[in-house]
Amino acid sequence: MTPAAERRDRLALTWRDPAGWRGFLTTVDHKRIAARYIVTALLLLFLAGMLALDMRWQLSTAENTRMGPQLYNESFSLHGSTMLFLVSVPVMEAMALWLVPLMLGQRNMAFPRLGAFSYWLYLGGVLTLWIAHALDITPDLGWFEYPPLSGPAYSPGHRADIWAQMITFTEVAALCASVNVAATILKMRPPGMTLARMPVFLWAMLVASFMTIASMPAIMLVTTMLIADRLVSTHFFAPDAHGDVLLFQHLFWFFGHPEVYIIFIPATGFVSSIVETFSRRRLFGHHVLVLAILAIGFLAFGLWVHHMFAVGLPRLGNDFYTAASMAIALPAGLQMFCWIATMATGRPWFATPMLWMLGFVSTFVIGGLSGVMTASAALDLQLTDTYFVVAHFHYVLVGGAMFPLFGAFCYWYPKATGRLMSERWGRIAFALIVGGFNLGFFPMHLLGLLGMPRRVYTYPAAMGWEGLNQIATAGSVVAVAGGLVFVANALWSYRHGKPASADPWGASTLEWAGEAPSPPWNFAYTPVVDSLTPLWSTNPALPVMEGIAIDRREVLVTSVTDAVPLYRQKSASPSIWPLAAAVAVAAMFIGSIFTPWAVAIGLLPIGATLTGWFWPHRERATTGPLRTRS
Amino acid sequence: MTVRPPRPVTVVGDLSTLPASASGARHLVWWGNTGFMAIEGTGFALAAAAYLYLMTQAPHWPPPGTRPPDLIWGLIFTVGLILSEIPNWWVRRCALAREVRGVRIGVAAMTVTGLLLLIPRGFEFAHLNTRWDGDAYGSVVWLLMVLHTTHIVTDWGDTAVQAAWLFTHDVGDDQFADVEDNANYWRFVVLTWLPIGAIVYGLARLW
Repeated sequence: MTPAAERRDRLALTWRDPAGWRGFLTTVDHKRIAARYIVTALLLLFLAGMLALDMRWQLSTAENTRMGPQLYNESFSLHGSTMLFLVSVPVMEAMALWLVPLMLGQRNMAFPRLGAFSYWLYLGGVLTLWIAHALDITPDLGWFEYPPLSGPAYSPGHRADIWAQMITFTEVAALCASVNVAATILKMRPPGMTLARMPVFLWAMLVASFMTIASMPAIMLVTTMLIADRLVSTHFFAPDAHGDVLLFQHLFWFFGHPEVYIIFIPATGFVSSIVETFSRRRLFGHHVLVLAILAIGFLAFGLWVHHMFAVGLPRLGNDFYTAASMAIALPAGLQMFCWIATMATGRPWFATPMLWMLGFVSTFVIGGLSGVMTASAALDLQLTDTYFVVAHFHYVLVGGAMFPLFGAFCYWYPKATGRLMSERWGRIAFALIVGGFNLGFFPMHLLGLLGMPRRVYTYPAAMGWEGLNQIATAGSVVAVAGGLVFVANALWSYRHGKPASADPWGASTLEWAGEAPSPPWNFAYTPVVDSLTPLWSTNPALPVMEGIAIDRREVLVTSVTDAVPLYRQKSASPSIWPLAAAVAVAAMFIGSIFTPWAVAIGLLPIGATLTGWFWPHRERATTGPLRTRS
Repeated sequence: MTVRPPRPVTVVGDLSTLPASASGARHLVWWGNTGFMAIEGTGFALAAAAYLYLMTQAPHWPPPGTRPPDLIWGLIFTVGLILSEIPNWWVRRCALAREVRGVRIGVAAMTVTGLLLLIPRGFEFAHLNTRWDGDAYGSVVWLLMVLHTTHIVTDWGDTAVQAAWLFTHDVGDDQFADVEDNANYWRFVVLTWLPIGAIVYGLARLW
């Protein structure tokens, strides 16, 4: 049977947003929130990509005068900060916000308003950085503004403050999203989806959320300390007052290294979903993949010092972090072998999403291998701050996270829109992006080995770097052209793409069981799961349970390990308070760039908006000293 | 936009008989609360690590001429904080037992308790014997103190709002769960102070 029209109508009434702008500002629909997260991140990907192209233009010939040193400093700082803090991490969270409830057969996230609050704060971080850029207050010290250069003595003005507060915005947003994702996965799995039957995608999102919770407080703490040094004359990083500049680096990289995996691990979730579907067999080594993700999650916290090999730490420390950095290649390698084995023993179908998986495997392995090379402290000392490192981290981040993301975008596009993207243009975009990327970044390994330092705005012709730089620039142009084809394909297909069925790829997981595009309520009934691949059951009808309310917003809460139904939880309705609270928090963050009093004064509107947010609406008391007296 | 129909379903069970609320770790909000305590706990741990790092890098700790924080107000605050666990434990028990009168009185009592504790905390700041802008030692001591005090102030605000609501409204299952979560959070504030207090008052004397 399919859901009756009457049931659908009732659900539509219960879960609809207010019309127009009011609905836009108050929505708590996880799909709408995630979609605006994704669109914002993709827009920023374009802007930061344009900055990259501009820098490649500058470096395409020796002693080029397109940019001066200040503009070049601002360009790579804005490029790196945007890509890391405003694109990579948020877009992965956005994919979790969009997909987790769908993959769990639920109607919304655990904390719908927290999802909305997270987006508005993220937008605050975006506006902080890019409006400052428009006002020529662009941060200019790279994406990890080390003191003493970023301290009050060497960086007057507010460029460093803008960078630090942009981070505070985005990290609070990321932490809110992570708590939301973790609680949803742990407590809202459908009946039957025990931990052992949880798809790899959900494991990846769960582990990435835990890693965010354990690592992002470090960057919030350290940027707060930096602002305090600049604003109220604390001395955390001032050596002449017993402070220590390396404390900044330790705290920064205690976050910074796990962050790489916070970006990469969700991508392993995309890869696992796509490889399974397009190999048309259950994932080879499901348990190995899950254990590898957990192992990476733990090991990622033991690597941060490999970003600091050149600062002169004790030899034994360097040796430990060399070993730990090499050790993480083991679980990453196990994952690779599982995916390759799945493809090799399945019946692979090389549609565009699967092509991206091939691009991912080949590119990420190159990045992984150069990572094993730079894990050696002795070699790293030679290569650090050269273009070899630039090549390495672009291979792992673009190859390891962006290519899976592009594949994921093509894969779940029909679920979001009800239409398929053009396969032909998808293949062209794939070829241009992967080809252009490799053409652009592979020569950088050689440039690094030839001694070209990163973050130089130009170089003398006699260095002999011009030819390779020109190849790199040509590759970047090709990749950006591919990106434009990709976006054009997505926009064109939104209206003109071939209509897709609800499950166009014949996938195995629950998100494909509902309607396409997903309605606001996602599922009319609560699915019941009896395997890792519930949609590949021989039974054509999906087993479901009824009983979760359709006349009020309600979700099912289950137990953590066995997903036994526990109780029915009221789900929050649309509200303006998350936006109001985000505005209040933003006012405090921005104000605290200029005066410490903003923190004390800013607490009041934050308290007021949070009170409005959490104020329960119930009848007035009929008992107690303050009861209503009629 | 044309809607593609979902997969056909077969109904195998009914969830309508499930309760509409829960308490403790069964409740969804308990996990959200725990998540935020994990975030803040990590923040405390890293701030403590920063203290230890600076301490081990410095030739003298505290720097010559700086006296460690005076013990008396820290001791009064710590004893008061630990004693506050008694009404906190009681209000949590009332919340689990769904006793309206108990949670009203208990949350009001915790509001007063939080306010009273801010008095010795204020004196603690006055007797730290260092300023945040004096040197790195002063900076990191103030960091730990401000971090913990922020938690007391925010939890006090939360408790006060909760008390106002409880006395003026009809109390339901969700509100009992909220009271329980607030009591759990206060326990977190108490527990985190023990290592932070030991660092601020102890290491400045023992190192």
